[in-house]
Amino acid sequence: MKKLTKQLIRIVVALVLFIIAFTIDKILDLGVVLPAPYGWLLPFGLYLGIYLLIGYDVLWKAVRNLGRGQFLDENFLMMVATLGAFALAIYRGVSGQSLEGFDEACAVLLFYQVGEWFQKYATGRSRRSITELMDIRPDYANLLDSGNTTKTDPTDIKVGDLIIVNPGEKIPLDGIVVNGASSVDTKALTGEALPREVAVNDEVISGCVNLTSQLTVRVTKIFYDSTVAKVLDLVENAAMKKAKAENFITKFARYYTPAVVLVAVLLAVIPGVITRAWATWVYRALSFLVVSCPCALVISIPMSFFVALGTASRQGILIKGSNYLEQLNKANIFVFDKTGTLTKGNFAITAVVPASQKTEILRLAAIAEKDSNHPIARAIVSAYGQDLPQGYALTNVAGQGVIARNADTTIYCGNEKLLRNHQIAFVPLATTGTVVYVAKNQTYVGAIVIEDEIKPETATVIAELNKQNRQTVMLTGDNEKVAAQVAKRIGLSAYQASLLPQDKVTAVEQLLGTKHQRDVLCFIGDGINDAPVLTRADVGVAMGAMGSDAAIEAADVVLMRDDLRGVLLAKKIARKTMAIVQQNIIFSLGVKLLILILAAVGIANMWLAVFGDVGVAVLAVLNALRLNITGREKSHCQPRTKLLK
Amino acid sequence: MTKVFKLKDLDCPNCATKMEQAICKLAAVNNASVSFISQKLVIDAEDNQFDDVMQRVVKVCRRIEPDCQIVL
Repeated sequence: MKKLTKQLIRIVVALVLFIIAFTIDKILDLGVVLPAPYGWLLPFGLYLGIYLLIGYDVLWKAVRNLGRGQFLDENFLMMVATLGAFALAIYRGVSGQSLEGFDEACAVLLFYQVGEWFQKYATGRSRRSITELMDIRPDYANLLDSGNTTKTDPTDIKVGDLIIVNPGEKIPLDGIVVNGASSVDTKALTGEALPREVAVNDEVISGCVNLTSQLTVRVTKIFYDSTVAKVLDLVENAAMKKAKAENFITKFARYYTPAVVLVAVLLAVIPGVITRAWATWVYRALSFLVVSCPCALVISIPMSFFVALGTASRQGILIKGSNYLEQLNKANIFVFDKTGTLTKGNFAITAVVPASQKTEILRLAAIAEKDSNHPIARAIVSAYGQDLPQGYALTNVAGQGVIARNADTTIYCGNEKLLRNHQIAFVPLATTGTVVYVAKNQTYVGAIVIEDEIKPETATVIAELNKQNRQTVMLTGDNEKVAAQVAKRIGLSAYQASLLPQDKVTAVEQLLGTKHQRDVLCFIGDGINDAPVLTRADVGVAMGAMGSDAAIEAADVVLMRDDLRGVLLAKKIARKTMAIVQQNIIFSLGVKLLILILAAVGIANMWLAVFGDVGVAVLAVLNALRLNITGREKSHCQPRTKLLK
Repeated sequence: MTKVFKLKDLDCPNCATKMEQAICKLAAVNNASVSFISQKLVIDAEDNQFDDVMQRVVKVCRRIEPDCQIVL
């Protein structure tokens, strides 16, 4: 920052001096102060002084880099262009033509510096604002040792150590709360604005901020295995995986400068020889050199991706490289895992038949199922939720259900087979869920339908994807009938049922094999058991990955929050990014090309050329920053101070 | 092994690309990325030659952009 301030002062001083010199020159005509053949000396000296003041660093760098064998350095080209312009002006002065061009040579370098300064300022600002927000690295941990706390480097803490986390501090390592209750701000990791309540025995995740009161935490993972370290690692390595657009720019930059310089040389020599109007053609060639730096592209394209990755990560979406942004934008086949992704992955009672007997049916079923650990049994017992009578002898009938007996009652609770085997008459239910039939003393009482609940946001997400004409496919281990109904209810375009976990890889490979080359397949899973599929897909998205190492490692995109809408958000960010990247490429190249053509035919002068160089760069950088601004509006939430009160 | 280094005073985006290309060409370097925006060098090189690689990286970078320092 200090360097930038100094530079700014220098620019302002030079600018003021330039304006003074320019005004005096225009009013008094400095060229007539000295006698005829020496008239050019005064304006030359004046403008050269300002030129040296504003450009000594450019000149120094040019000479230094030239010494290192770098001929196509931007400083060097700028120096050649401006000193060339001075030389032309002197030539005109000595040969008795009009005295002009000194101000221009000086101004070109001045505006070049103004542009450079602004570009540095803008990149610095955006860099800081994003890195600050992503700064989740904890600096220390308060290690609790026999009643005393000592500030310790988080990397020195061992599993099982106790640490104290005060209000306002970052939780440095993953662990379990052993004392205290507080709210924890997970925003930095998940983008979730609402703080989470934690109490004893709850898991806390590193990188979150403790808000209200002191917590004692038993560490469960060393720093390098903790969530915060994994996330930081991922964010830092994202730069390695580059988008095609970035590689294109790198390649382009390599050829652009030499090409422009070559054309400039040809432009000076060939028409110069033919027309003998050397001054005109050399001037046009010098204008070429001013536009010869590909800076606008070289900064703004990676910048767009950087801002996009930062914006996404602040919303709890970690993207492992800009190439995945590119892919996400193109993704048109969305393959979802069912359990835990489209559905909640827990079982809930969706119907009791007949509804009038609901409490009684649940009571009977709960008596029978109370000792079972099966998720269906747990769902029934928790749905009943009242104390259960004791004294029943429970008999488990494998693959059928449970029979509960006491002195005067026998309860049958299980599937169709159980009732049929005990000759109890019942009406089979036609439904997609799992049905638990309940009978008492040989009489059928009713049935409970249990289903894996579909997440509330699933239908909207699928509808949105359908609206965008994307293919949506569900992979599930459920039978054909269940799969068909679920697919219909949430509006999926296709499904594959009865898949064992290992079949999912085959299914995805098949889809990859049959798709068109331009199609991009995106797989979305909850990260449990689907690591191989995540790696195989063009883009693997793992959701709800807070604290799951396997998912963070295998996926290309990690949604820290267990919310399917993250897929749409990620896609939206990807689309915006690619739009901005495209705008920047077309705009920068277009303007540069236009200025080159205009300069070649003599319409554009050096003033315009310098705009084509730094002006375009600044505009492209500002365009890249638009992503960040839209991101900020979205994640707007209560300021932290308010929460602390 | 992949390591991340901070870069100080990396002021010119074009130099960043040049540095990246030069580092990638060094022996024992598998992959490298110089990010002008995040001012970071991410380098993936052979484990057993890492120190040697870094020495050469520093040299190469000093030649291309003498103002820029790699914080080791």
